[in-house]
Amino acid sequence: MSWETVIGLEIHAQLSTKSKIFSGSATAYGKGPNTQANLVDLAYPGVLPVLNGEAVRMAVKFGLAVDAQVAPRSVFARKNYFYPDLPKGYQISQYELPVVGKGHMDIVLDDGTKKRIGITRAHLEEDAGKSLHEGLPKLSGIDLNRAGTPLIEIVSEPDMRSAKEAVAYLKKVHTLVRYLEICDGNMQEGSFRCDANVSVRKVGAEKFGTRAEIKNINSFRYVEKAINYEVARQIDVLEGGGKVVQETRLYDPDKGETRSMRSKEEANDYRYFPDPDLLPVEIDAAYVASVKATLPELPDQKAARFAAQFGLSEYDAGVLTSSRELAAYYEEVAKLLAGGKEPSKEQAKLAANWVAGSLAAALNEHNLEIGESRIGAAGLAGLLGRIADNTISGKIAKDVFEAMWAEGKEADAIIESKGLKQITDTGAIEKAIDEVMAKNPGQLADYRSGKDKLFGFFVGQVMKATGGKANPAQLNELLKKKLAG
Amino acid sequence: MHTLTLSELAKKLRAKEFSVTELTKSLLSRIEKSQPTLNAFITVTAESALAQAKVAESTLASGDASPLTGLPLAHKDIFCTQGVKTSCGSKMLDNFVSPYDATVVEKLSAAGMITLGKTNMDEFAMGSSNETSFYGPVKNPWDLKLVPGGSSGGSAAAVAARIAPVATATDTGGSIRQPASLCGVTGIKPTYGRVSRYGMIAFASSLDQGGVIAQSAEDAAMVLGAMSGFDPRDSTSVDTPVPNYVETLNAPLAGLKIGLIKEFFEKGLDASVEKLIREALKVYEKLGAKLVEVKLPALPLSVPTYYVVAPAECSSNLARFDGVRYGYRAKDPKDLMDLYKRSRGEGFGAEVKRRIMTGTYVLSAGYYDAYYLKAQRVRQLINSDFKRAFAEVDVLMGPTAPDVAFGIGAKASDPIQMYLNDIYTIGANLAGVPAMSIPCGFSRDLPVGLQIAGPHFGEAKLLNVAHAYQKETDWHRRIPAAFAKEVL
Repeated sequence: MSWETVIGLEIHAQLSTKSKIFSGSATAYGKGPNTQANLVDLAYPGVLPVLNGEAVRMAVKFGLAVDAQVAPRSVFARKNYFYPDLPKGYQISQYELPVVGKGHMDIVLDDGTKKRIGITRAHLEEDAGKSLHEGLPKLSGIDLNRAGTPLIEIVSEPDMRSAKEAVAYLKKVHTLVRYLEICDGNMQEGSFRCDANVSVRKVGAEKFGTRAEIKNINSFRYVEKAINYEVARQIDVLEGGGKVVQETRLYDPDKGETRSMRSKEEANDYRYFPDPDLLPVEIDAAYVASVKATLPELPDQKAARFAAQFGLSEYDAGVLTSSRELAAYYEEVAKLLAGGKEPSKEQAKLAANWVAGSLAAALNEHNLEIGESRIGAAGLAGLLGRIADNTISGKIAKDVFEAMWAEGKEADAIIESKGLKQITDTGAIEKAIDEVMAKNPGQLADYRSGKDKLFGFFVGQVMKATGGKANPAQLNELLKKKLAG
Repeated sequence: MHTLTLSELAKKLRAKEFSVTELTKSLLSRIEKSQPTLNAFITVTAESALAQAKVAESTLASGDASPLTGLPLAHKDIFCTQGVKTSCGSKMLDNFVSPYDATVVEKLSAAGMITLGKTNMDEFAMGSSNETSFYGPVKNPWDLKLVPGGSSGGSAAAVAARIAPVATATDTGGSIRQPASLCGVTGIKPTYGRVSRYGMIAFASSLDQGGVIAQSAEDAAMVLGAMSGFDPRDSTSVDTPVPNYVETLNAPLAGLKIGLIKEFFEKGLDASVEKLIREALKVYEKLGAKLVEVKLPALPLSVPTYYVVAPAECSSNLARFDGVRYGYRAKDPKDLMDLYKRSRGEGFGAEVKRRIMTGTYVLSAGYYDAYYLKAQRVRQLINSDFKRAFAEVDVLMGPTAPDVAFGIGAKASDPIQMYLNDIYTIGANLAGVPAMSIPCGFSRDLPVGLQIAGPHFGEAKLLNVAHAYQKETDWHRRIPAAFAKEVL
């Protein structure tokens, strides 16, 4: 029997405002427990929330970027439940009237086709604090530094059909919020996390299966693993004649499994009602227009431009626009390579190959962001310039790149000091070819009697003799002539 | 000096007939002496009051004093006061010393007023008789066997007994006006949003409003002006200028259109109270006002509406009292649930629990539409009724309470009877309009209050209308016999 997976995601993105959503406390991560919690965060008697306009602006920015309707009037509501990290006994969220309505996001599937994922809504809310247990025997500590940090919760339609699609969508949203500079996207610190609603149904079935909600998954890898585990579990249950129960489950990354947290029956009745301490948020067209004017070029727009302007493949354009900084770095390299002018298709492609190739690999290996790269845009453009003007071959360039990365020097200095300059002097290359031919009479005879494959052997020998510096194109041409006799 | 109003005290302080310290000491002594019988205070801040008096004296001497400098007052114990216990009348906050001042406290202190202490009140402002206070009931100064009304019973009794010349108070469903009526003093609940709620411990956020209980409309005008205004810390406070309420007190009333709320005279109103109200209206006619009967057909629904909306909000507002960060915490909790259940079970009194449970119920899945949403719709209707009425008339008048003060314990076991005491006052809270109560005579030797309501931000008109009456009558100058002497 074949099953179809249905996934919807609820993404929580912490907004990078300086202060909290309803109080003046700072939001910086990693400070001593409760040093960033004021009386409002601690829910002292008599205190009141005051909305941070910056959080609204960021939510509107997100709404515009996903082509969603920005609600002219949205309302904060109280979600009531008791928990020690929730000092007021309620979380201020949005319920019936969220700030951002229906929107969408396109993802690219493995086969290169595009798929549109619906966004149901995005609403503003405050984060809770944290309970601490380490080093506190028989006690729980409460750190309210995070309490009141602004979040937008981005709720998708159940439009994804595999864990891969879910990850692609999550990554796309992750890229977008960082482009918009509304969230730092740090998943380890919990600034970007998601809950996955997962169900399965028989292929062709119209009705959705019963779903389980997997809570608080904080890495792309875990999202994929958690969903795949959950899908397999649900299929197992169904094929064994059982029923999937609606429940909240927790993903345990150590064991690689999900387990039940609470069933639907145990779920809280949150008794939502409009928060009487806060006025409805009224947003007019002029405000929306003013926010729209601040929108950067969005990832999809940038990728389309890269493809059109630089003749890049959709894939390359996608990789290079995966972060705003990377795209800027790439554009800078291409421009410098073209001497400050519009780069040619060849220059653009060369730059793309190196930024998405060696540079991306090096950053990845050292776990660095593009901003922390040991080779700046000018440095890389310098190296690529030497490839373009035939000073070095692409192969030698890889060595130079590594030396640049390790030593932090310019390409020219390394080429000079290591004597890596490419040999383009026809005479010198011919001389080396003659020597190799003289040293290998047997192979020469075989080649001339029809063993074409030995051409590679001679290329290798000449390259070895020249320390890899012979210009490959010239070498090919000259060698062909000489071998032919 | 206890018989003097604020404006009289201000004059005499400036004329140096007595000093701020002398005045403060005299009042502190009256508070101390009356405490065993009246029980109007929860905390007396004698030491800091005397320190503030010293400062006020030098401010007066320096010449840059405000009209309120050196005038003593009491704060309802619902307002947070830095470094001073702020109990809200509850065991839950018996150990709570506020680390900050409420905006109202901050403003009045900045104006040079002297805080004598914190007045007793119904627990978390839930009650109409002051019997729900953890600190025991306040007594009515006119008859110590009777209730002073509530929830601002301590403030009303303190002003009536002239142990404080003026006091702050709050009004969610009548908590300023009803005790003002029952104690024979002047109380004003301003427009919702006029006075900051920051630092005022929330009962029902959409209804709560701070105000004043004073000896006269003139005194109320002086203090209300100083405590009003936009506060960036309260999103529901309104950014509209505060008029000088004192300047317009003496505007002529000729041509004033007074609406009589028909529904308030239909049933449940004590005949002797009605008679006094009608007599007060005659005074207004004499002053050139016209009386018109107006209908507010949705108004009789205000009690049931209120008892859905207010408990709903309180059930959420009081969730923060969980024994975790401050306030009462149960001993030796077994686990988190036990900590919550016992801290709240032991820390809250019966009336507070009743309202939390009611509120939790009306917000629950499956009941929300039938109760909370429907109540919000009725609230809209009541709002429209007031709007329509104020398109026709300048002010509305009627009784503040259906009867005079009742006996301690008389209604304590019947919440519905107790709730009906606020039948005339709740409408103004639901509509957010300002309303006040002024003394208009005595029935069975007990004071009766006339209620005056106005359109949003019509405080200046209300005070003007009240002051005009007080110039013609002396009900507001009557002092209960037991507190008539200067030294108690």
